[in-house]
Amino acid sequence: MFLDGFGPIILDGAWVTLELAVMSLLVSFIIGLGGAGAKLSSNPVLKGIATLYTTLIRGVPDLVLMLLIFYSLQIGMNHLTEWQGMEQINLNPFVSGVFTLGFIYGAYFTETFRGAFLSVPKGQIEAGIAYGMSSWQTFSRIQFPQVMRFALPGISNNWQVMLKATALVSIIGLSDVVKASIDAGKSSYRVFFFTLVAGAIYLILTTVSSVVLMWLERRYSTGVREADL
Amino acid sequence: MEKLVVKDLHKSYGSHEVLKGISLKAKAGDVISIIGSSGSGKSTFLRCINFLEKPNAGSISLGGEEITLQKNKQGELVPADHKQLQAMRAKLAMVFQHFNLWSHMTVLENVIEAPIHVLGLSRDEAIARAEKYLRKVGLDAQAQAKYPAHMSGGQQQRVAIARALAMEPEVMLFDEPTSALDPELVGEVLKVMQTLAEEGRTMVVVTHEMGFARNVSNHVMFLHQGRVEEEGHPDEVFGNTKSERLKAFLSGSLK
Repeated sequence: MFLDGFGPIILDGAWVTLELAVMSLLVSFIIGLGGAGAKLSSNPVLKGIATLYTTLIRGVPDLVLMLLIFYSLQIGMNHLTEWQGMEQINLNPFVSGVFTLGFIYGAYFTETFRGAFLSVPKGQIEAGIAYGMSSWQTFSRIQFPQVMRFALPGISNNWQVMLKATALVSIIGLSDVVKASIDAGKSSYRVFFFTLVAGAIYLILTTVSSVVLMWLERRYSTGVREADL
Repeated sequence: MEKLVVKDLHKSYGSHEVLKGISLKAKAGDVISIIGSSGSGKSTFLRCINFLEKPNAGSISLGGEEITLQKNKQGELVPADHKQLQAMRAKLAMVFQHFNLWSHMTVLENVIEAPIHVLGLSRDEAIARAEKYLRKVGLDAQAQAKYPAHMSGGQQQRVAIARALAMEPEVMLFDEPTSALDPELVGEVLKVMQTLAEEGRTMVVVTHEMGFARNVSNHVMFLHQGRVEEEGHPDEVFGNTKSERLKAFLSGSLK
C-alpha cells in the first residue's frame, strides 16, 4: 500500500504546505512592495514605521515571532469580541498561519524590493515622465518590469526560505506535511522513515519551484541577458 | 508665432541659485543652441522647460498656452493641473544625454510606447509612424526587433530621436545628445539632427558641439553662472564675440 496507507494524509499535508506557502508569498509580496515604497518615500513617518518593521522582524527568530503573532492575534480577537459583547471567534489556523508568515516574510521582501527599486536607473523613469506618461503608467509599464528583473533573485531566495519555514506552522496546530509525517511516524513506529519522506517532499517542491523561478528570471531579463553574452 | 516662450526662469538648490532669470523664445523652425561650460546651468534650464526640474520662478508657455503653476512647500513652482502638464510634456519630446531607452523593450516597442499609451494611437498607426521615423534616422527593419543593449551608442541615440519624432512634437529638446558618445559616433547623430533642422523642426539643443551651434542653429545662447552672457545669431556670436568669457570659452573648445 502507498506509504503503508499514510499516503493520502501526507499528500494532504503536502498540499497544505504548498497552499500556505503560495498564500504567504502573495501576502508578503504585497507587504514588500508597500514596505519598499514606504522606506523610499520622503514621508518621515512612513519611513520610520517601515524601518522599525524590517529591523524588528528581521532581528527576531521566526519561531518566536510565530508564537508571538499567532497567540497575540487570538488574544487581540478575544479582547475585541469581549469588548463588543460577542461570542469568542476562534481564528482559523490556516488564515493566521498565512498572515503570520506573510507578515514575517514581508520584511524580507521589503528589503528585496527596496534594493530592486534603487537599481532601476533614474533615467528610465525620467524618460517615461518626459513623454507625458502618468505616474501609474510609468510605474506599471517601465518601473515594475525592471524592478522585477532586479528583485527576482532575491524573491527566489525568500521563497525557498519561506517554503521551508512553513514547517513552523505545525507547532500552531496546522496539519502540514511535517505534522502529517510525524503523526504517520508515531502511529507506525517508523519516525525516521516518515521524516525522510517529509524531507523528500520539501526537496521536490523547492526543485520544481526553482525551475519556475529560473524561467521567470529569464523572462524578466529580456533585453539584458542576451546582451551580456 | 512663438511656439515656446520661457520667461525669467529662476532655479535654486537650497541657497545656491543656479538659474538667475533666463528667458527664451522659439518660433516655428527655430534651432536654438545653448552652450556654456559645465555648471553654467544649461542642462538645468532645459530640464526646467518640461518640469523634470522644478523652477522657483518664471513662466512657460507652449503654443500660446501658459502652464498654470503653483508654489509647493519648498517654494518651487509645480504645475497646478497634472493633465495639462502631461499634455505639455507629450508635445515637448526630449532626447537625453544617456539615451534613456527603455531597456526591457525592443527598438520598435520603445518608439510605439508613448504614441500608444500617451497619445492614444492604435497599435497599427503607431507602428506605421515608428517605421517611418526609424527609417528617417537611418535604421532598417532588422534593427526594430533589437534591444537597446545590443546597439552602439550612436544607434541608440538615433532610436531615441525616432522615439521623440514619433510623438510629432511641437518642440524637441536635446540634452547634450552627443556627449556620451564615442567620438566616431558623434557624426551620425549630428547628421540626423541637421536633417531635422533643415526640415524646419523647432529644436532647443544643449550642446558642446560648436560646429553644430555655428552651422546648424539660427540662434545661440551662451550661459555663464546661471545667466545669459551673450546670445544672438551664430555668425554674430561666433564671428564678432563681445563677451570676454565667451571668448575664453571658445578658445578652449575650438581647436
